[in-house]
Amino acid sequence: MKRKVFSAGPVAWVIRPRVAGVAIIAAVLLVLVAAVNIGRGSSHIGVLDVLETLLGGGTPREQGIIFDLRLPRTLTGIAVGAALGLAGALFQSIARNPLASPDVLGITWGAGAGAVAAIVLGGYRGQVSGLVGALGVPLAGLLGGLAAGVLLYGLSWRRGIDGYRMVLVGIGISAVGYNIVYWLLTVGDVDDAARATTWIVGNLADVGWESVGPTLLALALLVPVTLICSRTVGGLQFGDDTARGLGIRVDAARGTLLLLAAALAAVATAAAGPITFVALATPQIALRLTRTAQPPLVGSMVLGALLTVGADLAVRLLLPTLPVGVLTAILGAPYLIFLFVRTRREARA
Amino acid sequence: MTSRLRAEGLKLGYGEALVVDGLDLDVLDGTITAIIGPNGCGKSTLLRALGRLLKPKAGAVLLDGKRIDKLPTREVAAVVGLLPQTPLAPEGLTVRDLVSRGRHPHQRWYRQWSTTDDEAIEQALELTGMDEHAGRVVDQLSGGQRQRAWISMTLAQDTGLLLLDEPITYLDLAHQIDVLDVVYKLHSGRGTTVVMVLHDLNLAARYADTLVAMRDGRVVAQGKPASVLTEPLLEEIFGLTAQVLTDPVSGTPLVVPVSAHLGG
Repeated sequence: MKRKVFSAGPVAWVIRPRVAGVAIIAAVLLVLVAAVNIGRGSSHIGVLDVLETLLGGGTPREQGIIFDLRLPRTLTGIAVGAALGLAGALFQSIARNPLASPDVLGITWGAGAGAVAAIVLGGYRGQVSGLVGALGVPLAGLLGGLAAGVLLYGLSWRRGIDGYRMVLVGIGISAVGYNIVYWLLTVGDVDDAARATTWIVGNLADVGWESVGPTLLALALLVPVTLICSRTVGGLQFGDDTARGLGIRVDAARGTLLLLAAALAAVATAAAGPITFVALATPQIALRLTRTAQPPLVGSMVLGALLTVGADLAVRLLLPTLPVGVLTAILGAPYLIFLFVRTRREARA
Repeated sequence: MTSRLRAEGLKLGYGEALVVDGLDLDVLDGTITAIIGPNGCGKSTLLRALGRLLKPKAGAVLLDGKRIDKLPTREVAAVVGLLPQTPLAPEGLTVRDLVSRGRHPHQRWYRQWSTTDDEAIEQALELTGMDEHAGRVVDQLSGGQRQRAWISMTLAQDTGLLLLDEPITYLDLAHQIDVLDVVYKLHSGRGTTVVMVLHDLNLAARYADTLVAMRDGRVVAQGKPASVLTEPLLEEIFGLTAQVLTDPVSGTPLVVPVSAHLGG
């Protein structure tokens, strides 16, 4: 049986038609959903007009509304969703456990705690502005998420990583993380209630251009590095001995991927607050669509973006004042219970 | 005869406990070596150290004269393939995907395919007779097929040395023979050097050129099956009273235990 191959110069990758197909279909859907989402607002713009404007056409009025006002929200939704999808796919592959996702493992809350700490302790009093506001808060979020990642790896490493131990340690880190967030919000006297809730449930509504730039820049660095490093994911899914036998430096490879995944989740959280469920469910949905043994990375990214923008659109259609994080949390809770029940049953069988 | 893989004054253990204490071993190139001995004698620990999965407390494992734990692990993976006792495969992995992951040490992030890869994978599948099951999912295979799939993966790795930890332990007798025949075919066809841990003494005698008998972390005897599987040595290694006959099929030693309940 011949495998399909993409090759150019020294580059040669195996192409799986089904995996590529899922990613392409999801990308097309993403463009449509994003266009609908951009068109929604106080003055409605049709999907085709949105697409035309994005491609350089459209009237000056449409250009003004879309590029100045509407695009940051959807663009951030795409970036956040893609980062969460990729982070979730990595965590689940490394932990060999579908429960492992940045929101369950505490990375999201670590990032949230870092960002809130910067706001509260930095004396911004919830009013973040200027360069410090644009870079300081996301940077603090990134550091918080990475710290949670290092803590997670350190506490769950016992001559190797066990998926269950990692999930249990992560649940503990989560609890510490969100209690720090609540505590900071209580003592910190954050003026702006809407700003504050962003750090309890993720929200895309208030996003402006000033936070899109740093987010996209961070992802432009992290995503390619992650994809290059991801070659070891397949081997790491085997037991540690088998992976070492294949020439993988298991601890180094796993540590690197874990940190990259934590960084991706932290960037997403710093941009929009803790949007749960996306990182948890997307890789498993992608896995079932592609019928592969590990969550497809690019597919998880595109589906994560689609899910996030889709959830944002659904929230705006149903209850415009609701933050998107509430909807994803409502979807996530039953799914999480389902996963717990299923894995417990499997563990007993 | 030469030995690419050797152990010198090897001391191995987990934590404080010493499992292997001062062991020397030359693995002769192009032969099949079977490590035998009672439970807990350090067989698997020795094999793990030979495959650089376990760092020695003292002494060294040498590959081509260099300390194996100091060599880049990917360089080692191009020479030494290994199959752990109970390898784990992710749910839903097909046999062909499993086998193709054996090519990992030969690939780069930008080059994850070559014609050599495809050829090695096809050959590995053919050699174990798994080509007809290539599209099936690993967790739905029978025990024997699954073990053959895993061996195919190490074959695709295309290494001159192969370390197998109890490759036939959970298989019925027919599948045990099946798997060992594959190992033998590999050895005779490609000249692969094989080291395996085996529990079945009669099969070890039948398939191996050299037996290494261990007890309490030391090598008690090593050599041709006929010189290791003798009545006094069986007593010493296993504390087993047995008669050693000649296997009517292969002409190798056949160990027949004497049981107390028969009044032997």
